[in-house]
Amino acid sequence: MIRTITQPKPIEELERLLEGLDRIFIIGCGTCTTLTRTGGAPEVAAMQQTLSEKGKVVTGTTVVPVACDNLTPQILSEQGGRIDQADALLVMSCAFGVQTIASQLRRLVIPAQNTLFIGKERPDGRFDEVCTQCGTCIIGETGGICPVTACHKGLVNGPCGGTNNGKCEIDADKDCAWTMIYNRLKELDRLDAMRRYQRPRNHLGEPSPGRYRLPAAP
Amino acid sequence: MTSAFKKALDSGKFVVTAEAAPSKGTRLEKMQHHVEILKDKVDGLNVTDHQSSVMRYPSLGGALLVKEHGGEPILQMTCRDRNRLALQADLLFAYSRGIRNVLCLTGDSVMLGDHKEAKGVFDLDSSQLLAAIRTMERGKDIAGNELDGAIEMCAGAIVTPEANPIEPQLIKFEKKIEAGAEFIQTQAVYDLDNFKRFMDYARRFPVKILAGIILLTSAPMARFMNKNVAGVVVPQALIDEMAAAPKGGALRKGIEIAGRMIRRIEEEEICDGVHIMAIGKEEVVPEIMAEAGLL
Repeated sequence: MIRTITQPKPIEELERLLEGLDRIFIIGCGTCTTLTRTGGAPEVAAMQQTLSEKGKVVTGTTVVPVACDNLTPQILSEQGGRIDQADALLVMSCAFGVQTIASQLRRLVIPAQNTLFIGKERPDGRFDEVCTQCGTCIIGETGGICPVTACHKGLVNGPCGGTNNGKCEIDADKDCAWTMIYNRLKELDRLDAMRRYQRPRNHLGEPSPGRYRLPAAP
Repeated sequence: MTSAFKKALDSGKFVVTAEAAPSKGTRLEKMQHHVEILKDKVDGLNVTDHQSSVMRYPSLGGALLVKEHGGEPILQMTCRDRNRLALQADLLFAYSRGIRNVLCLTGDSVMLGDHKEAKGVFDLDSSQLLAAIRTMERGKDIAGNELDGAIEMCAGAIVTPEANPIEPQLIKFEKKIEAGAEFIQTQAVYDLDNFKRFMDYARRFPVKILAGIILLTSAPMARFMNKNVAGVVVPQALIDEMAAAPKGGALRKGIEIAGRMIRRIEEEEICDGVHIMAIGKEEVVPEIMAEAGLL
């Protein structure tokens, strides 16, 4: 399943963001951040303790099922006064959840984390970015492995000179995308696909900010 | 007008190029000194472009400096720092100022350099930059618009003969030639028997090959490259030879080894020439060439 991968902000940054805000309501999320252990029930409890130790008043905490769902404001309305008493909501979800809450609750929201990427969950507690949603998919010619994402430089014509023993020049623990693609295409007897010159990419598959409208019904 | 470097490549002579690194700042005396001592001895001076992603005086400025001092510049261009507009604009500028040789590189990751949080651009890759040059020579930019004045460049690229695995690199090597590379500079080679096997393959392609020679300055430096530089393999025998050099004599030994390798490459006609990378010790390049019997 794809997940939004988040990482807690450094405590110094969080302290700066919460400066002058004394009463905080903390919101966790039962979906991706529970899985990545950045915004589930244990992390919300730990955050409550940290903030209390720093002299903040935590007016309440909750873990909503899906922070990015439009029903989240209704669920939060059950918290009643405890939200109204707070100077700000500290949201321990991905930026998607933070924005959903901000757009509907008209309260000051502070994100507790940085949203890193859309990732695929692996069995050993690792999350890998496999798609950057670029809008111009070329994996039909690369054995189903995306070099735009899996290659650090997003190269579409083969490896750079930095690849070393099948690993990436920036991290000996990261596989070189083009070694993986080469191995896959060789296995499939489709190496000719790698020999094909790929023109410069269209970096505006969908100009940012992306917007897509359903085609009109026939 | 054909560049002097291109003429040298086409003449069939053993071609020698060296590297000139621009300064980290505006004092250019050191680079200028290297240019002065090398310009009449080599067929081209390669000006590095933020090598290892470390911000420096631009390669375009360095190439102009080489030209102003009577040398033959080879402009290095990496795709790391500029998008396709900036790369094409720089090519127009380079051509308008008499620069006629360009080496196309993808470029190291910014994470390896001294501005680690910068945005790596990589809008084009090295093969696409080569194709862009050939398009611009036909009088169009790569969006298909007419140019008011085209360019003409002797364009080259890089290959790493010691890469592991090698086949993906060779596929890219062939793509670079198809995209228009006229010369190929290699990553450092130390094992000439391995390199000969690479050349048996490379000889099939219509391209000139210059073997990369990196001057060894000490045994620890050789070990460091083995550990940290992708695609560079210094054989143990050479490390031992460096280690056995008398105290204070390591550089002299490195010069001797580089000279010996170049001499063998030339005598056995292994490839078309060499590119000498002395990395900060450019003043000894003439000694290396003398050791090789080239001066």
